[in-house]
Amino acid sequence: MDLLNALVTLMNFVIIPATAYGAQLALGALGVTLIYGILRFSNFAHGDTMAFGTMIVILCTWGLQAAGVSLGPLPTALLALPLGIALTGLLVIGTDRVVYRFYRRQKAKPVIYVIASLGVMFIMNGIVRFIIGVDDQRFADGERFIISARTFREMTGLEEGLAFRTSQGLTIVIAIIAVMLLFWFLNRTRTGKSMRAFSDNEDLALLSGINPERVVMITWLIVAALATTAGVLYGLDKSFKPFTYFQLLLPIFASAIVGGLGNPVGAILGGFLIAFSEVGVTYAFRKVVEYLGPEGWSPEGLMQLLSTDYKFAVSFAILLIVLLFKPTGIMKGKSV
Amino acid sequence: MNPGEIAVIVGPNGAGKSTAMKAVFGMLNVRRGSVRLDGEDITDLSPQARVARGMGFVPQTNNIFASMTVEENLEMGAFIRRDDIRATMEQVYTLFPILRDKRRQPAGELSGGQRQQVAVGRALMTRPKVLMLDEPTAGVSPIVMDELFDRIIEVSRTGIPILMVEQNARQALEIADKGYVLVQGRNAHTGTGKELLADPDVRRSFLGG
Repeated sequence: MDLLNALVTLMNFVIIPATAYGAQLALGALGVTLIYGILRFSNFAHGDTMAFGTMIVILCTWGLQAAGVSLGPLPTALLALPLGIALTGLLVIGTDRVVYRFYRRQKAKPVIYVIASLGVMFIMNGIVRFIIGVDDQRFADGERFIISARTFREMTGLEEGLAFRTSQGLTIVIAIIAVMLLFWFLNRTRTGKSMRAFSDNEDLALLSGINPERVVMITWLIVAALATTAGVLYGLDKSFKPFTYFQLLLPIFASAIVGGLGNPVGAILGGFLIAFSEVGVTYAFRKVVEYLGPEGWSPEGLMQLLSTDYKFAVSFAILLIVLLFKPTGIMKGKSV
Repeated sequence: MNPGEIAVIVGPNGAGKSTAMKAVFGMLNVRRGSVRLDGEDITDLSPQARVARGMGFVPQTNNIFASMTVEENLEMGAFIRRDDIRATMEQVYTLFPILRDKRRQPAGELSGGQRQQVAVGRALMTRPKVLMLDEPTAGVSPIVMDELFDRIIEVSRTGIPILMVEQNARQALEIADKGYVLVQGRNAHTGTGKELLADPDVRRSFLGG
């Protein structure tokens, strides 16, 4: 029985990675939920919006690296983030002008928007692959670890190491800042309140003199910022590959729906719920159990519920359960 | 309409009360006749533009932001104003003291009567030149209805003229300075509330004798 080592193993392989992944999903799901709350459709192009923003940041990072600019221990990508957000903002507002505004004027049904967003998704998908290619790109630089496994072992004298990567720490810190800014904006500023009013009761918002086109534009800008940030953090933490970002759509939608579509608090909760389930279900708990059991004993199997290849099944399963038993999600969003 | 007056449109179901209201507010195109505010012709303006010109409108349903607090509802009512709204908010709280106590609560959690007060308060935040209420007592209990009518009288005492569509014809006509009885889309009777209540024709046709 060795509680400390078991706990460290659990921290190292489950809790820290899942927290970072959860923060990335939460940022992604916030974007989806904002679009759903205000433009009233499920934006399938969100994963590829993230990919586009990340691509811009990567290209800009390479440029900065070539010019010899760096942020010391922090990744250079942070310096490129504002430009990525700005260009992604232009892209989504442009898309809105060209595509979604047409359907708004037609007062189209939500399902038409969804299909239109599917088309937008394929186009963005193509643009990203055309520019940066389909391969894996690494763009993380700076200090790799806040605490590396070896330093931790030397520090504590424990058998197990605990690694805390810069990208993970950065993800958590930036996600907290982004969420705080977002909630401050939505709850304290006039424009933010008008966005909530528009989401709550469109007709009454119009009667109150709230300009819908302005609300929509600001929503897209915020979504661009959230998507680019989420994409860059995910890319720093793992790596950037257009197809992976497209696949992220599923856990992100699962997070938003589980939390309650249109509800920002729900999106954050949903993100962490999905991340912890995904990591928890696909992690092999053998080592943790080994430490918890009697000395010298070890379980026969890997103690892994599902192979990591099936991690998307976890999102799907949770999504189905929630839709069957609580269609409006944990935090009572709008029903789908 | 003159300051402080209450005008009530009553009539049986399908008489065109709500249609009349929508026409005045610009949600329908008026084929004949015109809508004037302060002598100014506003027939061609959109509902939003009418709000900016000084029309306050309380729709019959979905007339509050349910997920937002009472105070935020009032702030949103004053969205088109760029000046200091605290004095107006204070007036609304004085008119509806219960709203002051519940100002941090989501408006959707309030009772039916309180929600109607939020709705009226929201419309008052633009300091309208005329306040239009579409069946303010729809779906509330008789006791609450009496209280709401009292509040409406108080609002009109602050000098704002009120145009109201009502199903509860008798009570509404009792507080009305001017009454219009619509029958099948036509204005069948006009008069002060008291006159209409006394009119045998009106009584027979839908006040129930």
